[in-house]
Amino acid sequence: MEKNIALELKNITKTFGSVVANKNISLQVKKGEILSILGENGSGKTTLMNMVSGIYYPDSGQIFADGKEIVIASPKDAFDHKIGMIHQHFKLVDVFSAAENIVLGLEDEKGFDMAAYIERIKEITEQYGFELDPYKKIYEMSVSEKQTVEIIKVLFRGADILILDEPTAVLTPQETLKLFAVLRNMRESGKAIIIITHKLHEVLSLSDYVAVLRKGEYIGTVKTSETNESQLTEMMVGKKISLNIERSPVETCTDRLVVNNINCVNREGIKLLDNVSFTARSGEILGIAGIAGSGQRELLEAIAGLQHLDGGSIIYHNPKTGEEENLRDKTPLEIRQMGVKLAFVPEDRLGMGLVGNMDIVDNMMLRSYKKGKSAFLQRKNPKSLADEIIERLEVVTPSAYTPVRRLSGGNVQKILVGREIASSPTVLMAAYPVRGLDINSSYTIYNLLNEQKQKGVAVIFVGEDLDVLVELCDRIMVIGSGRVTGIVDGRNTTKEEIGILMTKSAEDMMQDEGGHEE
Amino acid sequence: MLATIIQRAVMQGTPLLFGSTGEILTEKSGHLNLGIPGIMYVGAISGVAGAFLYEQSVASPDLLNPFLAVLIPLLCALVGATFMGLIYCFLTVSLRANQNVTGLALTTFGIGVGNFFGGSLIKLVDSDVPSIALSKTSNFFKTQLPFASNLGWFGEIFLSYGFLVYVAIIVAIISSYILNKTRMGLHLRAVGESPETADAAGINVTKYKYISTCIGSAIAGLGGLYYVMDYANGVWSNNGFGDRGWLSIALVIFSVWRPSLSILGSILFGFLYVIPTYIPDISVSAKKLFEMLPYVVTIIVLIITSMRNKKENQPPQALGLPYFREER
Amino acid sequence: MKKLKNLYWSVLSGSAAHIIKRDDIVWWKAWGIRIISVLLALIVCGFVTVSLTDLNPIEMYITMAQGAMGTPRLVWNLFQNTAILLGVALAVTPAFKMKFWNIGAEGQILIGGLATATCMIFLGEKIPAPLLIPVMLVVSIISGALWAFVPAYFKTRFNSNETLFTLMMNYVAIQIVAYFTLEWSMPKGSGTPRTLEFGQLPVLFGQKYLINILIVVVLTVLVYIYLKYSKQGYEISVVGESEKTARYIGINVKKVVLRTMAISGALCGIVGFLLVAGTDHSLKSDTAGGRGFTAIMVSWLAKFNPIFMVLTSLLIVFLESGASKISEVYRLNSSFSDIITGIIIFFIIGCEFFINYKIKFNKKEEIVC
Repeated sequence: MEKNIALELKNITKTFGSVVANKNISLQVKKGEILSILGENGSGKTTLMNMVSGIYYPDSGQIFADGKEIVIASPKDAFDHKIGMIHQHFKLVDVFSAAENIVLGLEDEKGFDMAAYIERIKEITEQYGFELDPYKKIYEMSVSEKQTVEIIKVLFRGADILILDEPTAVLTPQETLKLFAVLRNMRESGKAIIIITHKLHEVLSLSDYVAVLRKGEYIGTVKTSETNESQLTEMMVGKKISLNIERSPVETCTDRLVVNNINCVNREGIKLLDNVSFTARSGEILGIAGIAGSGQRELLEAIAGLQHLDGGSIIYHNPKTGEEENLRDKTPLEIRQMGVKLAFVPEDRLGMGLVGNMDIVDNMMLRSYKKGKSAFLQRKNPKSLADEIIERLEVVTPSAYTPVRRLSGGNVQKILVGREIASSPTVLMAAYPVRGLDINSSYTIYNLLNEQKQKGVAVIFVGEDLDVLVELCDRIMVIGSGRVTGIVDGRNTTKEEIGILMTKSAEDMMQDEGGHEE
Repeated sequence: MLATIIQRAVMQGTPLLFGSTGEILTEKSGHLNLGIPGIMYVGAISGVAGAFLYEQSVASPDLLNPFLAVLIPLLCALVGATFMGLIYCFLTVSLRANQNVTGLALTTFGIGVGNFFGGSLIKLVDSDVPSIALSKTSNFFKTQLPFASNLGWFGEIFLSYGFLVYVAIIVAIISSYILNKTRMGLHLRAVGESPETADAAGINVTKYKYISTCIGSAIAGLGGLYYVMDYANGVWSNNGFGDRGWLSIALVIFSVWRPSLSILGSILFGFLYVIPTYIPDISVSAKKLFEMLPYVVTIIVLIITSMRNKKENQPPQALGLPYFREER
Repeated sequence: MKKLKNLYWSVLSGSAAHIIKRDDIVWWKAWGIRIISVLLALIVCGFVTVSLTDLNPIEMYITMAQGAMGTPRLVWNLFQNTAILLGVALAVTPAFKMKFWNIGAEGQILIGGLATATCMIFLGEKIPAPLLIPVMLVVSIISGALWAFVPAYFKTRFNSNETLFTLMMNYVAIQIVAYFTLEWSMPKGSGTPRTLEFGQLPVLFGQKYLINILIVVVLTVLVYIYLKYSKQGYEISVVGESEKTARYIGINVKKVVLRTMAISGALCGIVGFLLVAGTDHSLKSDTAGGRGFTAIMVSWLAKFNPIFMVLTSLLIVFLESGASKISEVYRLNSSFSDIITGIIIFFIIGCEFFINYKIKFNKKEEIVC
């Protein structure tokens, strides 16, 4: 028997300025079916689904629900068509109970009867096999419980089409299994479910069909039972594109930073870093690949002295004195006082690396203002440093006294990287340094990293574009769910190899728990 | 004697109860309105002006219609205070001005309006009365249940007040009910805790902020009206209202943002206020130290609640922060 | 009717018109908006005055100018009041720049004044003035700093809400001062504050207030330099802009908060010292006279720039003394000046919106329909 089509997208296109986020995408999901949308970071999955849930409005294309064309201009329109989306970032009120959050914003005619609402919530939890105490406050909940609240919120409003954005990114393997069981129950009761993901094993174990997006384009839809990991990986990462990034040979190479079995647990008890060990060597670029949120940020912040660790050591080999020093749980100030020259280009440029409202000169001082015994600032050197960076890196700015928030993304990044390498570091860490940058700025950054490498700096590069990682880095460490899943040689690896490693650890864990059903 | 003390404490506490109930409603929407003292002054003077003009308009005080004599000042106070609330809302909600600065300016303005009209009303309307003493109107406000005085201590503690005292308690109870048991209250608290969440859930954040702040201001204005019409027997004296506005804000913290607790808190504050009168041989200066107690107690409560860090007892999470929906 | 209501809310909530944050505005446009708002405020004040008196607006402002600086004595008063208000504004600025909402300046001033008065009473006869005055100054600085340190400590330790905490501390200070005023009044308990004979600040060139003014001028320069050119001032800016950045470069945020609040309180202590030893020669619970609150507006209106604060405090003091002249001439209540000040401040804080945001009218509806 042919199932009814619940939702169909035809030729959806969405652009932001000159960036095409989605180009002519068509896909469909039937009732009682789970569709996975697979793609790397930045492939346009979330943008596409945001158009279905009413957050964005498509530039062109059509959306059909139950065979009729519909217009979705707001989240409310989406609800009216029984479409509900569970976003990656939960929108919940902390001091409210689960039930209060679930009914928040509801306008029904019957009046406000909390007892009756809770009754309905219980019905829903029983029907699909959720575990939830409706009276529990959000602030007492684990991430997985909060997600449950979000899902019930959508079901409570009668959604028949559910969209989940990276639902397992924040869950433990056990919680993931529970979620999948619930989703399967929903499928049985005829709901249409779309999950956005980039984890292959999840796709294979859960969904009926897989739609693959790459860089905003629709690659195709395959039936899960007729595909395998390598086909999906290939669809996801595509053919190798040559970027012609220069990679100089590694010359003198000594251990600079030895990270040993470090662990980091967040408040909910989830392991953000799980026995991570690696060595960064001088004169080498160590790439770190992984799905966003796999522990990259925590790892770099731990080295920089901004993240408390629950075990392990970070040993720094001082090239000048030859001494070894443990950086674990030191403050950034202590690390600097130990004579460790650490440069860190954080992911959050204007929120962390720079102060948006300050001008370029004052931003130069962030690292150096304490120098000297005087109680007063010395702006002469920062000014000449600013001028030098502006000239050498071709920063487009009205003057050195322009607040950095007024500069474009690429120029902001040049200022930040320029400042960080100005202190002639021995270790340089850069998190997503080319995100959002145009081609020319990106190459400027690559050249700077290579230059540092040739000077004997141990460079750690966290990236998301596999083509870049493969061409730029000497070695690539892949992490997944806070674990190191492999370290490969950048000169003779392939994108596919990395792609599989990126999804590996969680999958292994799944098998350890004995969670495979299909 | 104890009954008299309690009675006095309740009367002292009533303006504070009005003020704190109003401020709680406002703060629950995420707005710290430091203009409350000014709003209470404006409530008081608007009521006084209304009553004064009405008394002047009739030939003899005996011809005053009791119903109108109460209704006119009441409406004037509500309108005046709500207008102040609107100024605050327009600046902080629509124009996203800093709440602290706006509130303080509103207090300067409101106290100025109160004292100015209080001091100049007679001249402005070219009247020949020596001072504003609205004893007739005040008597209507102070009317008690006729049998209250026959019931001994029970009557004294529970039935010996003008109607505004009961209004204050009822308003606090209703506010408490609305906040905790109704959809409107749920939505309002969501706005104060996390406007983004409320917005995403389809709640009109601006509407809730405006309505709760204006209603809160109107309630606070009644506190001023009660003070001048009932407590002060209809006699306006400049700065007579004192720091009761700030005490109301202290009471909000003391009652950890719960109007129902405010009822008890207001009586306690009133008690602290009147107790020196009953201590024999207390010096005038020592009284001043007693007047410090409500604030000290409030600070202690503030410290304890932040030490215990229980989420339910914290100020609304978005208190003081303007809400701006980032463009998508 | 319903449609009209919806339109009203949609305008207020900005869904009919989009509100967009704007990053940069040319300086002359920003100042243009500010000047226009002050002019509008003056027009509204004119209307208010005209409706209450029968002055015409031009006469009104002439009367105000006369009231504020018609005679040399008035000019000195104007400068003295400006200096004191400016002093408090300087005091609250470091904390505000750090985004620490210290609205406890009123109390910190009074505690500083109390410390000064204590020294004047108990040490006055014992040590000579050249020694006494520095002692008074140091003691009031320490007292003001300690008074401000308390809320800062609880903020850094337990994250207590500093706005509410500092607000409450004001009234504790007011009552303490009220207590001592009565205790010390002559005759005791009468409420007439005692004139403090010993340790009064010297009269320079026959001008009683000159020393106050000079001290505040020096403070203005010092605070300006401290905020703009010192390392500590730089740390204050970084913490105020982004605590995340502060931690990233290794600033000890708690230490900066405690230190800055102590400085804020110390400066308030100095103002208390000036008020008691220089201006009033007595201590009353209204010695600070609400300046602790007005100064917040002064500092805010000047965008925390000490040089602009000279102008904003002068503006406010001018309005206050001018308006009190009007009320004097028309035998109206002196609180008239508070109304005028309030209106002007409403306009100036309101106009910041038009500097920071752009209003764009929506065309989205058309696309959807």
